[in-house]
Amino acid sequence: MIKEILRKKKYGTINVNKTENGRIIPYPKYTKKEKEEKDREVENDLWIRCKGCDETLLKEDIIKTSYVCNRCDYHFRMGARDRINLILDVDSFMEYDVEMKTIDPLDFPGYNNKINKAKEKTGESEAVITGEGRINGLAVVICVMNADFMMGSMGSVVGEKITRAIEKAIEKKRPVIIFSASGGARMQEGILSLMQMGKTAAALSRLSNEGLLYISVLTDPTTGGVTASFATLGDIILAEPKALIGFAGPRVIEQTIRQKLPEGFQRSEFLKERGFVDRIVHRKNLKNMLYKILYIHSLGGEKNE
Amino acid sequence: MNSSLNFEKPVIELESKIGDLENFASVSGVNLENEINILRKKLDNIKNDAYSNLTPWQRVKIARLQERPTSLEYIEKIIYGFIEFHGDRLYADDHAIVGGIGTLKGTPVTVIGHQKGKNTNDNIKRNFGMPHPEGYRKALRLMKQAEKFKRPVIMFVDTPGAYCGLEAEERGQGEAIALNLFEMSRLKTPIIVIVIGEGGSGGALALGIGDRVCMLENSIYSVISPEGLSSILWKDASLAEEAAGIMRLTAQDLFEFNVIDKVIKEPLGGAHKDVDSTSSKIKQYLIKELPGLMDLDIDTLIQNRYEKLRGMGTWG
Ligand SMILES: [Zn+2]
Repeated sequence: MIKEILRKKKYGTINVNKTENGRIIPYPKYTKKEKEEKDREVENDLWIRCKGCDETLLKEDIIKTSYVCNRCDYHFRMGARDRINLILDVDSFMEYDVEMKTIDPLDFPGYNNKINKAKEKTGESEAVITGEGRINGLAVVICVMNADFMMGSMGSVVGEKITRAIEKAIEKKRPVIIFSASGGARMQEGILSLMQMGKTAAALSRLSNEGLLYISVLTDPTTGGVTASFATLGDIILAEPKALIGFAGPRVIEQTIRQKLPEGFQRSEFLKERGFVDRIVHRKNLKNMLYKILYIHSLGGEKNE
Repeated sequence: MNSSLNFEKPVIELESKIGDLENFASVSGVNLENEINILRKKLDNIKNDAYSNLTPWQRVKIARLQERPTSLEYIEKIIYGFIEFHGDRLYADDHAIVGGIGTLKGTPVTVIGHQKGKNTNDNIKRNFGMPHPEGYRKALRLMKQAEKFKRPVIMFVDTPGAYCGLEAEERGQGEAIALNLFEMSRLKTPIIVIVIGEGGSGGALALGIGDRVCMLENSIYSVISPEGLSSILWKDASLAEEAAGIMRLTAQDLFEFNVIDKVIKEPLGGAHKDVDSTSSKIKQYLIKELPGLMDLDIDTLIQNRYEKLRGMGTWG
């Protein structure tokens, strides 16, 4: 099989080149820049290179394993729709606020254009999808961020959709699950983006006052203003393996302290060691873990009252 | 004075010329009153020109001046009998945030603020006003204490941002900021926030949730620094002036976006030119706003605070 042949090679960017006599030859070694370009070519095709083990994998295969490498368990980033399909029961999802539109309050150069490109690229209207659905029958309100949409950045629409979802959960007395994937606050909306941090945190404090459950799931990457607001406010905080999680981005920290960061710094496992994550959960177990937590909470805890 | 900014040069030159003439007049006994008066008039005009239409970048410069009054300087002038308290009871005492208790016109208050240094040594101790998680946790401890004893909280915001370092990350910088937002939004006592210098992103907002939020005229408040924005947009931090021009970070901008309730006027040239008058304006604002907030029942207070936060942002 082609895959078997490829796996034996050391190159991260092997592609299939057939010569005229039908022989398969690997690509030669490349400089880093060439390698990155080739990666892009490869990724546009049927293949994708695993950042965990450097293997070239058939896209078809990793889709079957919910974008997890079947060699090394590397968790690829996952689109928000795929995530919803993975977590919620079939046909149980009802989306909120589909029509809400992003506007450009600062007349920020190029912002409208960026939004349009992100819409084209993802087929979504913003960096978060919100709604309600069921997990093995249990009703939840769910928000899923999309890292592909302008780095999953939080502007007014993202903040408002999440806030409305939380308020809906309060109204319906349902637990909330938020999947974070974000580079932080969206600079193109200036101070209004920053204020979304306060707004979402305030909505979560209301949810908490009502005794309702909030499970935060941190996925790669969760940084900046999202980390400094709803992502770290979960009653229970789960993380996918090896996700980048932090307030400041690694590059900013390296510039500030003028030294290289240690291996694994700001990854899920590191955060768990430092006490900021309850559990790291493999994607294949995520739905079941969420269900188990939801189920225990659904039993209530008022026996002594 | 090392606080002079480029656009202030004509003002400072003329001021020193007038000073020279006055000296000469008193030493020599020559009457130069007319000449001096003419120059004084001219000085007023130049000052108005230089200061009344400051660009966003000029305000950034003023907001960051080392001479700009810090939290402790305002506290000394506004709060009677201030006692500073230290530490977060978890890890350490962060000198980039100060807090304690005192009275304002006889009313007990808790006061918390970012604290920048006034010279290099002081700035090293204060980490240039950039807090670690323990700073935010100290602030939260003092806020909960204020809630328990039913004291209003007065917040001074003045930071380039939360510190972006290895240890800050290890100790949960994001979580510390988030928890302050969460708890401040439901704190059962009034909170008044005054942005006195730099409002640097999440690190500022972590002390910035309140029933009233106001800004000094030349203070700034933004989601990212102008340098940060220009290096992202144009891969060049030296274009910060251009970045400042598009990001809408002045007090007036925030007032127009309904993010703040009031812009407090500064003396011509900036708060540092007359700390007493700036302090007294802040004090007047506090004395005007606090009684109304303290009269509200707690549920209404918190409901209003929620609605204020709830209104942030714009969409179609
Ligand atoms: Zn792999």
